[in-house]
Amino acid sequence: MHVPPPDDVTAGWWDATREHRYTLQTCRSCGHVQHPPRALCTACSSMVDLGFVEASGHGVVDTFTVVHRAPVPEAAVPYTIARVRLAEGPFVLSTLEGQDWRIGDPVRVGWLDLDDGRALPVFHR
Amino acid sequence: MSGVAIVGAAECDLGSTGKSTLTLQTQAVTRALADAGLTLSDVDGLATTGVSRFSTTQLAEYLGLWPRWVDSTFVGGSAAEMMVARATQAIEAGQVSTVVISFASNQRSARSRSLGGVAEEHIPEAQFETPYGPLYPLSYYAMAAQQYFHRYGGTREKLAEIAVAARAWALLNPVAFRYGAGPLTVDDVLAAPMVSSPLTVADCCLVTDGGGAVVLTTLDRARDLRHPPVRVLGYGERSTNTSMTAVEDLTATGARESGREAFARAGITPADVDVLEVYDSFTITAALSIEALGFCGPGEVLDYISDGRIRPGGELALNTSGGGLSYCHPGQYGVLLLVEAVRQLRGEAGARQVPDARVAVAHGTGGILSTHATVVLGVR
Ligand SMILES: [Zn+2]
Repeated sequence: MHVPPPDDVTAGWWDATREHRYTLQTCRSCGHVQHPPRALCTACSSMVDLGFVEASGHGVVDTFTVVHRAPVPEAAVPYTIARVRLAEGPFVLSTLEGQDWRIGDPVRVGWLDLDDGRALPVFHR
Repeated sequence: MSGVAIVGAAECDLGSTGKSTLTLQTQAVTRALADAGLTLSDVDGLATTGVSRFSTTQLAEYLGLWPRWVDSTFVGGSAAEMMVARATQAIEAGQVSTVVISFASNQRSARSRSLGGVAEEHIPEAQFETPYGPLYPLSYYAMAAQQYFHRYGGTREKLAEIAVAARAWALLNPVAFRYGAGPLTVDDVLAAPMVSSPLTVADCCLVTDGGGAVVLTTLDRARDLRHPPVRVLGYGERSTNTSMTAVEDLTATGARESGREAFARAGITPADVDVLEVYDSFTITAALSIEALGFCGPGEVLDYISDGRIRPGGELALNTSGGGLSYCHPGQYGVLLLVEAVRQLRGEAGARQVPDARVAVAHGTGGILSTHATVVLGVR
């Protein structure tokens, strides 16, 4: 699986995944939590008060789709893609492991280890 | 209401052409000018996308133009509608007098469409979304449909009406890709191969070559030209997201705001609209747009369209060309919404003509419900 390398803003988030820690970028100035990480807080525009805070790894299925045609030849179909609403507020896109998902189902984070030592968060029941 | 009108409109060759994008662009531009009774020497403004990195300069040089004004607003399927707004303002400001807006692609002949889309490595989605393998843009629309069904009790059967009605219109349009293909049934849509649930192949637009162009100029100049002027009565737009996780509610799109502002500028309400051309990249795209533009209330669209209302002869003439679903979809289909709206307002639409059409709305949607742009057109 190809995951592009981190950049100056996302490095801290990816570093935590090496220890299977799920974090979210959080503003120390106004408390806003956002994902994906950015160079500024979209609530208060601060560029200096942002850090990565340990998150619960819990959420609910906001909506989902089962993909039946592979976008790349190596992908095995079908698989389930979802928008997960994290307990801390932000939405993330991810894979749901297993089948027969419904909107509103609770989920928690799991990890798919990448060859370079990082890990990709996926969600399961 | 503006002092600007569309005075020319045309398609290039459609379907599977074996021609290059620049050949198709040239056809679109020269045919639209011929339709207006103008030539390239009358053109001092050009707007296009999808040619190359520098689309407008590329096409301008190719056509031998040194434009006074250009626009390459690159927002996907709503670009042509946004360009109408930009061009109208530039013409009213006196910066330019005659603008051509064009788009064409040979994506069917070139086999250039990919299910996964293209994400540049440096954008956040490349790190946080693309690795999970969503189909782009389809999976986002599929998730919007899933959420709509969950919230409002919709079904795949009810949503299929969008595709069924589009086919019925295409059977009246001799240049439609599915002209002569016969009617489409709800069962056909449901039985088609699933791509990204709950959407099947039949919920998805065509992949064809094609394109078109429109010519805009001042109302004063328009009165001396071949056709009755089609006035730009109003326009509005919203850009809401680029990723799959930025928008809170996938069922209520930026078409609400773009439509409200366009209708207010034109001084109309949905009840005044005789012809509605909305981007139907997928069945759900059209359904959400009809609702967001205010033709029915939140959660009502699937019941609203269930009585044959959007089929030929129905109360709401929707996507009268057959749409992206059954007529033509070269990508960034927005310009063809304008071409069909113009033909309907001039009474040139043949077997699919909507009687006495005076007000038409073209509404483009780009990306993953990312950009929304509405244009209101009218004739006296
Ligand atoms: Zn902040």
